[in-house]
Amino acid sequence: MNVPADLKYGRTHEWARVEGDVVVVGISHYAQDQLGEVVYVEVPEVGFDATAAEELGTLESVKAVSEYNSPVNGEVIEVNERLEDEPNLVNEDPYGEGWLAKIKGSIEGSDLLEAAAYTAMIEAESA
Amino acid sequence: MAMPKHTALYDEHVADGGRMVEFAGYELPVQYTSLVDEHTAVRTRAGLFDVSHMGEIFISGPGAFDFVQLVSCNDHSKMTIGRAQYTGLMYPQGTFVDDMLVHKLADDEYLLVVNAANRAKDAAYLMGLAADRDGVEVRDESDSWAQLAIQGPLGAEILQPLTSTDLSELKYYTFVFGEVCGHRAMVARTGYTGEDGFEVYTANENAPEIWRAILAEGRPKGLLPAGLGARDTLRFEAGMSLYGNDIDDTTTPLEAGLGWIVKFKKCDYIGRDILEGQKESGLDRKLVGFEMIDRGIARHGYPVYLAESDDDPVGQVTSGTQSPTLGKALGLAYLPIDATEEGTEFIVEIRNRRVAARVVKTPFYKREKK
Repeated sequence: MNVPADLKYGRTHEWARVEGDVVVVGISHYAQDQLGEVVYVEVPEVGFDATAAEELGTLESVKAVSEYNSPVNGEVIEVNERLEDEPNLVNEDPYGEGWLAKIKGSIEGSDLLEAAAYTAMIEAESA
Repeated sequence: MAMPKHTALYDEHVADGGRMVEFAGYELPVQYTSLVDEHTAVRTRAGLFDVSHMGEIFISGPGAFDFVQLVSCNDHSKMTIGRAQYTGLMYPQGTFVDDMLVHKLADDEYLLVVNAANRAKDAAYLMGLAADRDGVEVRDESDSWAQLAIQGPLGAEILQPLTSTDLSELKYYTFVFGEVCGHRAMVARTGYTGEDGFEVYTANENAPEIWRAILAEGRPKGLLPAGLGARDTLRFEAGMSLYGNDIDDTTTPLEAGLGWIVKFKKCDYIGRDILEGQKESGLDRKLVGFEMIDRGIARHGYPVYLAESDDDPVGQVTSGTQSPTLGKALGLAYLPIDATEEGTEFIVEIRNRRVAARVVKTPFYKREKK
C-alpha cells in the first residue's frame, strides 16, 4: 500500500497535506482500494464549516456508499470540481488529482497519525 | 452468532486474491480485483462464480409432482425431464417464501434451487407441508453440493473441452447429468446474469479441481473469477429479482412484475385465491425500474415520494446502483399503480437530499440473442 511519508492521516482513512494555512484533504490509497471503483463523489459546499473527525462528504462505489470525514477544523475554500465528471481520479491518483477539498485551517490539535502509525493501523486492519 | 461457513472453494478464493465477506452465513468473495472488470468480463467474455451457498432441496416420491404444484405459483405440468423453470415458493397470502428454480430430475423427483439466506426457512416450510401428505419426501442436501456458475458469451467455448456433454445441444433452461473433469456433475444452461452460461452442480470434493480447470481454460480467453458484487450488478441490469430486496414475504409475484410465473390454468395451490383476487381487482402498487434525472445513486431502502413537497413516502427503493454496462444510476422501487407508467417522474430521498427520478422500462439490459 502506498502511504506517502509527508502526509498526516485520519483514523477513517483520510489524508491531510499542509500548504501554508490551507490543508488539502483526500482519501488514502488503502481507502480507495477497499471501496473499489468510485462512481460518484459528493463534495462539501465551499464555505462549509468542517469539523475534525466529522462527515465532510460521501463517496460511492458501484457496491456501496461511504462517508469521509474532515481531518481538521476549518472552512472549506475549494473543492475538486473535476470529480463530478471524473470520479475515478480518486482511484487513479488518490494523493494527487483525486484530492477532495481544501480547508482553511491547521492540523494543530487534530488527532492525526504519522505515515508509519497509519501503515501499522491498516496492516492490522487487513491482517 | 454462528461462525460463517466456508464453501468447498474457500481456499481457491483466498489463493485467487478474493476479498472475503460474510453473505448468508458463508464467507464468499465480494470481488477479486475489480467489480467493474469482473462485471464487464461476464458481459463481453466470461466470468466464473462460486455459488455453492445456494440451497439444493430435493422433492421425491409418487406425490412429488402434486407437491411441487401445490407450493409453486408456476405450472410445472408441461415440464419434461431435464427442464428447469423459474417460480415462486408461495405463502397462503400470495407472497414469496422464496424464489427458486425447479428442475425436473424424474417423474417422481424434483430439485429446487433456493436462496442461501432462505434455505433453512424453505426446508422447514416444505417439510412441514410434506408431513401432512403421503408419498412426498423433502431432503435438504445443500451442504453436500457445490455449484459453479460460468457465465458469459464465451462460457460454452470454455466449458466444452472439460465435459463430455455436447453443450451446443443443451438449450436454455435445460440440464443434463454428465461429467466435468471426469467427475459426475449436473450441467444446466441457467444463470443469474442475463448472459448465456452454465451452472455446474457437483459433490463438494470435486469442486476445487473443476474451478481450477475452468480458470486455466478460460483465463487465456479473458475469463475472470467474479464475486458477489458483480453477481449483484449483473442480475440487477438484467432485471432479475433479489429476494430480500425486490421481493420478500410482503410482496406478491404480480406486484413484482413477475406475472409470467403466475399461472391460473393449473390445480389449486397455496396463495392462488389471493393472486387471482389481485389479478381481478388490479394492483395497488408495482415494482418499476427508474433512472436518476438528478445526480445521485439511489440505494436499497431509500424512501420515494410522488412530489418534492410530500411529507409521506409512498414506497422505497428496493435495489439501486450505478450500472456498469449502461453507465447510469438506475434503480427499482415499488410505486403506487398510478405512478408506474414509463416516463413518470418522482422523487428519491438520498441522505436527506431530494432528487428526481424517472420510470423506465425493465430489464435495463438485454443481451442480443444470436
